[in-house]
Amino acid sequence: MSRLSISSPDKSQAFVDSMYANMQRRIEVAPQGNCPVELTDAFLRLCMAQSCGKCVPCRVGLDQLSTLIQKILEGNGTAQDLMILDKAAHAIADSADCAIGWEAAKTVITCVNGFRDDFMSHLTTGRCMSNFKAVPCMTFCPAHVDIPGYIALVKEGRYADAVRLIREDNPFPSVCGLICEHPCESHCRRNIVDDSVNIRGLKRAVVEQAGHVPAPKCAPPTGKTVAIIGGGPTGLTAAYYLALMGHSVTVYEKHKKFGGMLRYGIPRYRLPEKYLDEDINVILSTGITAYTNVEIGKDIDFAEIHEKFDGVYIAIGAHSYKKLNIPGEDAENVMSAVQLLGAMGDGEPMDMTGKRVVVIGGGNVAMDASRTAIRLGAESVQCVYRRRKSDMTALVNEISGAVAEGVELVTLMAPARIETDENGAAKALVVKPQVPGAYKGGRPAPRDADQPEQTLPCDIVIVAIGQAIEFGHFTEAGITPSKYGTLQADTSGAVAGANGVYAGGDCASGPATVIKAIEAGKTAAANLDEYFGLHSEIDFDVEIPAASANLRTACGRCNMTDRPAAERIHDFDLIENSLTSEEATQECSRCLRCDHFGYGSFRGGRKTAW
Amino acid sequence: MVNLTIDGRRISVPEGTTILEAARTAGIRIPTLCYLKDINQIGACRVCVVEVEGWDHLAASCNADCEEGMVVHTNTPRVRDTRRLNVEMILSRHHTNCTSCVRSGNCSLQSLARDMNVLDLPFPQTPVFRPWDHTYPLIRDMSKCINCMRCVAVCDKVQDMKVWDVTGTGTRTAVAIRDKMDLKDVGCTYCGQCITHCPVGALRARDDTMKAFAALSDPDKICVVQVAPAVRAAWGEDFGLTTEEATLPRLVAVLKAMGFDYVFDTDFAADLTIMEEGGEFVERMTHPTEYQWPMFTSCCPGWVRYVKIRHPELLDNLSTAKSPQQMFGAVTKSYFAEKIGVDPEKLFCISIMPCTAKKYECAVEEVNDAGAGQDVDLSITTRELVRMIKVCQIDPMTAGEAEFDDPLGESTGAGVIFGATGGVMEAALRSAYFLITGENPDPDAFSDVRGLDGWKERTFRAGDIIVRTAVASGLANTSRLIDAIQRGDVHYDFVEIMACPSGCSGGGGQPIEDGVELGGVRGQHLYKLDREMPLRFSHENPSVQTLYAEYLQAPLSHRAHELLHTDLKAWKL
Repeated sequence: MSRLSISSPDKSQAFVDSMYANMQRRIEVAPQGNCPVELTDAFLRLCMAQSCGKCVPCRVGLDQLSTLIQKILEGNGTAQDLMILDKAAHAIADSADCAIGWEAAKTVITCVNGFRDDFMSHLTTGRCMSNFKAVPCMTFCPAHVDIPGYIALVKEGRYADAVRLIREDNPFPSVCGLICEHPCESHCRRNIVDDSVNIRGLKRAVVEQAGHVPAPKCAPPTGKTVAIIGGGPTGLTAAYYLALMGHSVTVYEKHKKFGGMLRYGIPRYRLPEKYLDEDINVILSTGITAYTNVEIGKDIDFAEIHEKFDGVYIAIGAHSYKKLNIPGEDAENVMSAVQLLGAMGDGEPMDMTGKRVVVIGGGNVAMDASRTAIRLGAESVQCVYRRRKSDMTALVNEISGAVAEGVELVTLMAPARIETDENGAAKALVVKPQVPGAYKGGRPAPRDADQPEQTLPCDIVIVAIGQAIEFGHFTEAGITPSKYGTLQADTSGAVAGANGVYAGGDCASGPATVIKAIEAGKTAAANLDEYFGLHSEIDFDVEIPAASANLRTACGRCNMTDRPAAERIHDFDLIENSLTSEEATQECSRCLRCDHFGYGSFRGGRKTAW
Repeated sequence: MVNLTIDGRRISVPEGTTILEAARTAGIRIPTLCYLKDINQIGACRVCVVEVEGWDHLAASCNADCEEGMVVHTNTPRVRDTRRLNVEMILSRHHTNCTSCVRSGNCSLQSLARDMNVLDLPFPQTPVFRPWDHTYPLIRDMSKCINCMRCVAVCDKVQDMKVWDVTGTGTRTAVAIRDKMDLKDVGCTYCGQCITHCPVGALRARDDTMKAFAALSDPDKICVVQVAPAVRAAWGEDFGLTTEEATLPRLVAVLKAMGFDYVFDTDFAADLTIMEEGGEFVERMTHPTEYQWPMFTSCCPGWVRYVKIRHPELLDNLSTAKSPQQMFGAVTKSYFAEKIGVDPEKLFCISIMPCTAKKYECAVEEVNDAGAGQDVDLSITTRELVRMIKVCQIDPMTAGEAEFDDPLGESTGAGVIFGATGGVMEAALRSAYFLITGENPDPDAFSDVRGLDGWKERTFRAGDIIVRTAVASGLANTSRLIDAIQRGDVHYDFVEIMACPSGCSGGGGQPIEDGVELGGVRGQHLYKLDREMPLRFSHENPSVQTLYAEYLQAPLSHRAHELLHTDLKAWKL
């Protein structure tokens, strides 16, 4: 009889593990529009199944919570039931012996508070407020691009039609094929089977295969005039759709070239100029009057624009930067990432040959600055971040790409001050080690560790901790900023108190993604048109192929590959390789056509205009 | 064309044809439940599943297009087992009190269960019950709803009213009135198309047969019944009678056998409507600046409700003439009562209508002008008539034949065609032509307005006057037409609207044959009856002429206005 034995894999436990892994993917897919009360009960029942059953609150209490929720769901609940539910959940959270119980109860408390309107709807009317959304990718794409539609077109080799279909909602197919953060993919129903469809990869394949696809014809002139302040993604999106609706559009851009942050923020190795220019040229080909090197507030007053045009869209982006507010920050060789990348956009690269560069920040811009510094010849690049690597807001691929190119991540180090030499130039960044602490706003807040400061010698410091908005002129013109330092606009894009003035994109939302900027531009275009008392529609005229059987067996997702790091660090050429046509075809066949199967064939599968 | 094989048969169908339709063209039967061609092809019930070679799962044939070289099997053990299990799952949520269900014997779920040989259910039955106000003309029994979504689709796509919606998600997903509203507030036209397209007994019209029987058995009541035009084209269907067998004399005999004291014809009142509405149209045409244009018909209560709900600004465009049902009631409780010398309070006036909205119309307080309670005391549907005949165990083929009573039983072909889309327009034009030119046109001169197109437009000449007409049936078509008028894209003088597609013959009160639209066939029968009538002009109806001579003086006279016209604005919804 042995005292100890080596554990062997338990077949049943292995199965449970795989079941959890499957469920985890399903949970991540999180369809939009399910009844939150029903979900609360479902999650609660999963928690109950995990209970060991020793303690009363967990064994009995959770079941009683579920019973109450089900009573409410069946339309038989009372206000008293909701009160007991809340009270009992608090008691369980307070008295359960282990996390299985107390966290389950806390979930219920959060749900009862967070979904109070839904609970009340079930209580008072016996009815549910939720409204299921049929096609997850389309729903979660801020521009609501008809993704299953264009995938079906790609499958048939109708690339130009696919570009036309994408442009009905998004005039930047080339740009988005390369740099969209693709929120569509995270909710792709294919995740339930194996992994999401590589939607961005397919979009890139579409634009590359299609070549130049001219813009559609504009509607007859309406006689309405619109000024767009700012020629970035949101301004140009609004300009494009307003022009298609027949309005006369004028764009004013402060920089030498159009594109906004796409040109002055995103490095060319992620978004080559020819892709960006292709989208911009098609947009401008709709008869838009476009000026560069014109700054509102300097060259023309906002009041004059407001007076002269029937409608205005303020789309100035977020081209300023946040400061660290540490000693030494004003030293000569300390710069912001916005300045560095802006100069790159104008084709004025800085020489960093042999320099030791320290980049401060953990977002995508910090990665862009780090990787740009490497390409500019830096001897070393250290990316300093006060939290953990896993807390970085940069995309995982961006981080690993930077590391592969030689960027050293220096995490859990908070910048304390910049030391300067006798000439006033920065010579080192002094950092204070950190410890991840209690959660604040969804992630752990770092605090000073019981460790001495460290010194990182350097020749250049690049600050990439956030962008800011230069709205001074507009506040002078009477537009009030929000407490977040953005221009205040409602969800329609309208600026309160200023007739016919809309604002959107980074300047209204704060720095966000290109697809959010496109959404804002589209929204502003639609609402300006409504403001003019017109109901011009953007009609869809691309016929979508019928759905065939969906491939149900699990099949690996084809990802894009990158050029070898050793090669790519020497140039600013595109890093990412496109999907091969074989890979693209396989990805198309993985699409489950949610526009046709499931709820899609009933409601919300396809729109034909907006 | 696409070539495929279904159950070993080689079939060639146009591209875009579903497997289901392809199979049907070849005479291969695939059961369906939620399917409504072109309206609801959503693959929800999964009863129409078939096996396709090379597919790792079954296909919903209603929702899958044929592909070149496809090999389909519709009768395999896997298909049969799956279909039966799906039917069993549906039954587990369906209140199967078939013996006391209005659709017993005419229920698609019932016949499916029978065809699938479902004998013992493997699942417990847990239908969900919800209360409903049973005084509404339209009654929904949630415990019978199978969530096929047909009512939602019909109300959205065919009628554009969006009364029904889907509420909740997951297992508690259910059809309900949109926005948590009550039926009386949601803006329902009571057209009844959701009822006639419900495959089960979840939706039905209020049953008023017990009230009819109570009146019939009341010795103090004189029961007067009127039969609407479209009823005669449909009443025999449930008895398996052809239109040749289900004749009008047989129907009259049946009603007499049932105990009605007077059996009259709504067609008489239809002729009267033409006299008033035709007169009104000529009056409007001769004083065009005093009226809003175009003039719309107003005999369809579903349409009237639609206008009140959706376009109250158009109410002045509607003819003030009452519908035939209401004209009939008003005349019965005044002129007729006087004629037979009885107190109108003793008359109980019942209408048999192809319509569910007529139940609403007769109860509108502001429509009653004869001064003896409701002018029409009770309106029952064709389906209720059929049930009453069955309750009385009358065999229509042996009940004999009888003629309508005088004087409200005399009618013309113009009155008969009221039951088909375009019929009111055609009847009105026949008489308007006479009023304008002083002579009768060829009775078929306006037959261009016939047909099942949802929106027809024709221009006619009567003497020097050119009349631009339009006819629409179905409220989605109506919405399109009104939008076009209001945008200024089209210009008409006279427009006929019927809420139900194909008009009253496809009405919400007509017999139900699942998956078949019988409105067109029934309409054809009405046109046949019109051709066979000795008189085909409303103004030539002798009884109508007598009514004017003895009582009303002339169309649009003061008395005619009092009894035969109504202020639609005053109607409560």
